[in-house]
Amino acid sequence: MYRYDEFDHEFVQARVAQFADQVERRLSGELTEDQFKPLRLMNGVYLQLHAYMLRIAIPYGTLHPRQLRMLAHIARTYDKGYGHFTTRQNIQFNWPALSDVPAILADLAQVEMHCIQTSGNCIRNVTADHFAGAAADEVADPRPYAEILRQWSSVHPEFSYLPRKFKIAVTGAERDRAAIKTHDIGLHLKRNEAGELGFAVYVGGGLGRTPMVGKKIRDFLPQEHLLSYVTAILRVYNLHGRRDNKFKARIKILVHETGTEELASWIEAEWQALKDSELKLPEGDVAAIKAYFAPPELPARPEGDDAVRLARLDSRAFSEWLGQNVTTHRNPDYAAVTISLKGIGEAPGDVTDVQMEAVADLAERYAFEEVRVTHEQNLVLPHVARADLKTVYDELVGIGLATANAGFISDIIACPGLDYCALANARSIPVAQQISTRFSSLERQREIGELKLKISGCINACGHHHVGHIGILGVEKKGAELYQITLGGSADENTSVGDIIGRGFGPDEIVDAIETLVETYLAIRSDRSERFLDVYRRVGPAPFKEALYGAEARAA
Amino acid sequence: MKILTANRLSDGEVVWFANGQWVESISQAEIAEDKAAEAALEAAGARGLADNLVVDVDLIDVEIVDGATHPLRLRERIRAAGPTNRNDLGKQARTQHAA
Ligand code: HEM
Ligand code: SF4
Repeated sequence: MYRYDEFDHEFVQARVAQFADQVERRLSGELTEDQFKPLRLMNGVYLQLHAYMLRIAIPYGTLHPRQLRMLAHIARTYDKGYGHFTTRQNIQFNWPALSDVPAILADLAQVEMHCIQTSGNCIRNVTADHFAGAAADEVADPRPYAEILRQWSSVHPEFSYLPRKFKIAVTGAERDRAAIKTHDIGLHLKRNEAGELGFAVYVGGGLGRTPMVGKKIRDFLPQEHLLSYVTAILRVYNLHGRRDNKFKARIKILVHETGTEELASWIEAEWQALKDSELKLPEGDVAAIKAYFAPPELPARPEGDDAVRLARLDSRAFSEWLGQNVTTHRNPDYAAVTISLKGIGEAPGDVTDVQMEAVADLAERYAFEEVRVTHEQNLVLPHVARADLKTVYDELVGIGLATANAGFISDIIACPGLDYCALANARSIPVAQQISTRFSSLERQREIGELKLKISGCINACGHHHVGHIGILGVEKKGAELYQITLGGSADENTSVGDIIGRGFGPDEIVDAIETLVETYLAIRSDRSERFLDVYRRVGPAPFKEALYGAEARAA
Repeated sequence: MKILTANRLSDGEVVWFANGQWVESISQAEIAEDKAAEAALEAAGARGLADNLVVDVDLIDVEIVDGATHPLRLRERIRAAGPTNRNDLGKQARTQHAA
């Protein structure tokens, strides 16, 4: 795992001291709110409905147990005993006092964490495949490159006041688990025919009010050119991105209005001037960063197969969890474990201080001191010996985190919505809870199979609803909540934006509507291997509209 | 009918204006029934902001339901109570505690 060097420590400490001073001056009245607001946002402090909110970056979703314990400590000491993991691999605390934030930041700095660039029109936390370094299908671990991007982008003087926020995601596998095409820049690490590492580069993906799928502008960028090329993209964006209209300021709009080919040619021209500059990554530096991400030494544990076989015979619940929440590891004696933060009827992504500590403990004992945060708001133990799976499972059962629903309809992404968020139009969490409760039978969920349901409480789309197989968008209509459904979205290697299916549903109707969609799917799928998304892509919206709106749909 | 609300600067706590002070319970909030009273509340809000007591000051619509001050918008009802999925959090938790 990456460890701060002396420079990193000094930089973060200096920033903590600077912000502590700014908070003090704000509380004493020396700074006005107008002066202070941009400063607090640069340090991840928002104001929500009930209180301030602190957003803490978890670079590429990788956490050391020591860090997770500190998050538990913060939850308990300064907040209300829980935190909320988000789609951007951040954690948010919903109740900190402004006057406590400097102390929280000082605690975080002790474990090499901070909130810098978790808000504002800068390059945000770089996200990555949560199975990075563990996945069997991976070409190489993409996190060293995410770390290089993080170092390069931290308080980058040229890119701290972009037209709008800027999000980068990386993956090292063909199977995209990092939703790279929904990001401003998506990077797919791969090998060319000569066996060299490089990136397929996508630009202009984004959600929000104008969802767009990222466009490929380069099939293979040799890895040493990562920074020069990304700099070229950002220069073009910084210069040509629209600053006149906040809603048109993301790079996706620039790509859309300029045309992919034309924009790619601008980037190419900019890059030609940069590619052999000091931005070209020296081999030695890349190797030094990679060394931090060297995989743990995994001792041979061949007894895993027998252990798993016996445990499965013994416990059906374990067997089901194994089938759903355990992913193939590149080492056959090991596995990656998904810890679902989607217990039936619970708020997606919320986790208590006690659970955080228990997971940290598991990571220390059974997972080589690594925890991952997924963009689907779950946690992952990336390296667990198969021989230890049953023990880990039993302990997860003990802390209420063993729900065997990864990828199922109750594994919902939901933004905080109107229960917390000052921008919200409608609630998200209670809708997620009701759907999860309606489909509480895991047997029924298994029958339905993979179904990604995502909910946002307003058009900003923090809950990724556009790319849900089923997406739900909360809006406000005549003072009441109304939920619009989109179908056919997807955030994997075949990313697509869902289609709005028809008029919205009230809070009392939305769960029934979702159930109707699921029953419709079950009735028309050819067999169990045809997922909801496959069926939608095959038959289109008509049968679903018919089921939801009947005669009304036919008249329209 | 309107009342004046804000978040307290130091800790973000939701507060309402009542008789020269910022209070933590909506039941105490001062209700403006006419334009003059609204203007007085707005002036109090501007002072609260200038005096660095509160932020995000807003005049909101309410009605009286069974003798209680009831904001028209769900957003404001949630601010007055706490998250609807967790009645152990926010102001609603304190009421329960007291009861
Ligand atoms: C105080 C709470 C929050 C505020 C004020 C906020 C604000 C916003 C805004 C304004 C946008 C639209 C950006 C645009 O289209 O240019 C946005 C998008 C987004 N936010 Fe949030 N957000 C909040 C919480 C969250 C949370 C909790 C998550 C993760 C669960 C999140 C993740 C995202 C994502 C993934 C997008 C859409 C992707 C994109 O940028 O295109 N946000 N947010
Ligand atoms: S989608 Fe809207 S309601 Fe949900 S967190 Fe983002 S800004 Fe808030």
